[in-house]
Amino acid sequence: MVTLLIDDKKIDVKEGTNLLRACLENDIYIPNLCYIKGMQNPPASCRLCFVEIEGEDHPIASCTVRVRDDMLVHTDTPRVRRLQKTALQLLLSVHDVDCKNCPANRKCGLQDMARFLKTALKSNRFDLFLKKNQVDQSHPFLDYYPNRCVLCGRCVYVCRDQQKLTELTFAQRGFNTVIGFFGNSQTIPPSCDRCRACAEVCPVAALLPKREI
Amino acid sequence: MSPANKEHANPRFDEIREKAETRKRAFKEAPGPKIHIGMATCGIASGALETKDAFEQMLAQLGIDAQIHTVGCIGHCYAEPFVIIDHPESGFPPIFYPEVTPGKANMLTKLFLAEGDPRFEHILGATEKNEMIPWVMEFARFSQEKRVVMEKCGHIDPEDIYDYIAADGYSTLAGMFQRTPQEIIREIKNSGLRGRGGAGFPTGPKWELAANEARDTKLVICNADEGDPGAYMDRTILESNPHQVLEGIIACAYAIGAHKAVVYVRAEYPLAVRIITGAIQQAKQLGLVGKDILGSSFDLDIEVFQGSGAFVCGEETALIRSIEGFRGMPRHRPPYPVQSGLWGKPTVINNVKTLASIAPILKNGAAWYRKIGTENSPGTAIFSVVGDVVHPGLIEIPMGVTLRTLIFDICGGIPKKKKFKAVQIGGPSGGCLPEDFLDTPIDFDSLTQAGAMMGSGGMVVMDEDTCTVDISRYFLDFTQKESCGECTFCRIGTFHLLTILERITEGEGNEADLKTLEQLSEDIKNGSLCGLGKTAPNPVLTSLRYFKDDYDAHVEEKRCPGMMCRPLVAYYIDLEKCARGCDACVGCCPVEAVFTTSNRKKGIDQSLCVKCGECMVACPPEYDAVRKVSPPQLAPIVERPQQTVKEHK
Repeated sequence: MVTLLIDDKKIDVKEGTNLLRACLENDIYIPNLCYIKGMQNPPASCRLCFVEIEGEDHPIASCTVRVRDDMLVHTDTPRVRRLQKTALQLLLSVHDVDCKNCPANRKCGLQDMARFLKTALKSNRFDLFLKKNQVDQSHPFLDYYPNRCVLCGRCVYVCRDQQKLTELTFAQRGFNTVIGFFGNSQTIPPSCDRCRACAEVCPVAALLPKREI
Repeated sequence: MSPANKEHANPRFDEIREKAETRKRAFKEAPGPKIHIGMATCGIASGALETKDAFEQMLAQLGIDAQIHTVGCIGHCYAEPFVIIDHPESGFPPIFYPEVTPGKANMLTKLFLAEGDPRFEHILGATEKNEMIPWVMEFARFSQEKRVVMEKCGHIDPEDIYDYIAADGYSTLAGMFQRTPQEIIREIKNSGLRGRGGAGFPTGPKWELAANEARDTKLVICNADEGDPGAYMDRTILESNPHQVLEGIIACAYAIGAHKAVVYVRAEYPLAVRIITGAIQQAKQLGLVGKDILGSSFDLDIEVFQGSGAFVCGEETALIRSIEGFRGMPRHRPPYPVQSGLWGKPTVINNVKTLASIAPILKNGAAWYRKIGTENSPGTAIFSVVGDVVHPGLIEIPMGVTLRTLIFDICGGIPKKKKFKAVQIGGPSGGCLPEDFLDTPIDFDSLTQAGAMMGSGGMVVMDEDTCTVDISRYFLDFTQKESCGECTFCRIGTFHLLTILERITEGEGNEADLKTLEQLSEDIKNGSLCGLGKTAPNPVLTSLRYFKDDYDAHVEEKRCPGMMCRPLVAYYIDLEKCARGCDACVGCCPVEAVFTTSNRKKGIDQSLCVKCGECMVACPPEYDAVRKVSPPQLAPIVERPQQTVKEHK
């Protein structure tokens, strides 16, 4: 066990625990999207779970840090909040904010964070850019909504690392990146229909099963 | 004296070297002139293949017995395709001819090789000191360079291993195997060599970290995924002297205890891929790579892996993912590749230039290398200087030389008597520096301090007719397209930077945009996952800092000072200067925007003009009547007559 101080709160956790997990399990909320409990090497791609650790020059993504004894962590500093707000606003600038028609309404990762960071879901800091294609229905069992997707990669992770399937991938590059199905619906195994793990981990209802089981 | 300087007997290598020297002697002593032609990608692109054909045909036609020796690139891009003719019988020293077209090749064969007239008007210089022709070393472009990495580039045939060996190549191996890996690491550490891939991490300590990893399998990767726009140092080295890189790879592998190495080359470099693959094969045949190298019982297998065209794969963790067969996306560091790299094994990833520096260091010793360059950045830097300079090309200089010396002395300054405006160093991740920084010494730390970075060595020089806003837009367009799309800041943030910059270059920007640009740039820099995102806003941040006037002009006056942003410029014809009856501009206009006025002069219909600038090019210099202005309202309105000449027909 190690003892660390997070926002002046003394916390005892097992050595080597992921710092983000340590915070979340001790009721210290840190905005996050791409992390799933049990991940060995979190992708650190959503760039939300920043904290400041004493001795480090810059805010650092807490999911990439393992706890050490006597670590001094601050989760609520101006630099941390600035990065988190910008990241959230960036995500919202490509997000179709249509909450009342969205299945994720009230259990949405973006809504939670916006409330926590006191950021409007519709801000005018950045222009809104939505993709033309509202929904990708090329998969036999899943529908994909690119304008909801935050590209956290949770779905790709659970499909590959937990279900040992390879049905999902990131496709395209840069701003056009989406979740893709490898473009081949012929080779999809029936087990994919029964699994649904990807839809369950999606924080924003961007992947939905075509039919309820 | 450094132990590296001692001669080490190695019967196997001595045999190879003797063969190489015999071949070199035979080439030298062969009767007739020798023609050396630069045949790297740059040479071929400017017509070296045709030049070579022309020489061959004309030599056959005239029955001259001459040797054609294909070499790599010498780095003098302005002179491509270049030829060095060594014709001792003529009484002249070897002569460097620039821009040898097939026509020039025919002429030189006839007049110089057959008749002995070297055609002085076509000479750049002699490659040896002599009484008749100026020696090339009398020109700053040659004399102020310090060639360590590129010493043999352009002098040896990259596709013939014996050429390299005869030029003292692979000579460090025999001695190296008599020293312990720790001694090799110490030598590299003492040399102070820093990674030439951009970040400048010290090479010796990197090797030491990998060597200290107690694991059975370790790997070496040579990073040749060069992708910066305007940078081509790695390509040139691989194409002109691949064996020097292999020699460095062998040393690195021996030092850290690796038995497998990968050269990661981008597939867009087909010639480099062919040459390095061939070089590995040749080295294998001679027992310099493979099992039991030179009887040392050290094994090393080297393989070539071709990248599939993603800029981000130059980032080491993305590169590793890509070799492993995954989408090339960077991951968080630590763990660093030296701890857990390719297939989870300790991996040293070094840039081509870093590895090519190893052989000279081992040969001449760390103390010799330390004497070149500065205290904290020893050695040389290679830049591909392009843009508005008289003598562009690859330039290897000792670290610490100032930007002014590099741009104005070595590269000949700005052409057409224009003024210097900015220099972009380090490619899309680097920064744009103004005139005030011309006296900055070129080394890792000084450039970083100025807001630019060494990067991989791309340098674009820009004259007064350049718009720094548009340049930032260009680089952001590049990084935005090349972002892997993994992390939020880089994927979405750079896209917003680009759209804002586009808006400004179209004259639609406002004060708030400038603030957003700056704040978002800072956030992207601090928030991104990998080096690509962290450095992507550098062009914006430096141009905002040093060229704020450019931004203000675009936003407040809707004016582009560099007159590059099309929506903010207009062309008009100065009726005072326009000549009656001249139709040069009419014919070249692609949209028929040029019309004839009532007094048979010309005017431009602004509503049709697409601002291509063709009329300006076409207008004869004695009239010089076409004017370019910004903002566009400055162009006087000339009414198109009711009935134009054309409609009379």
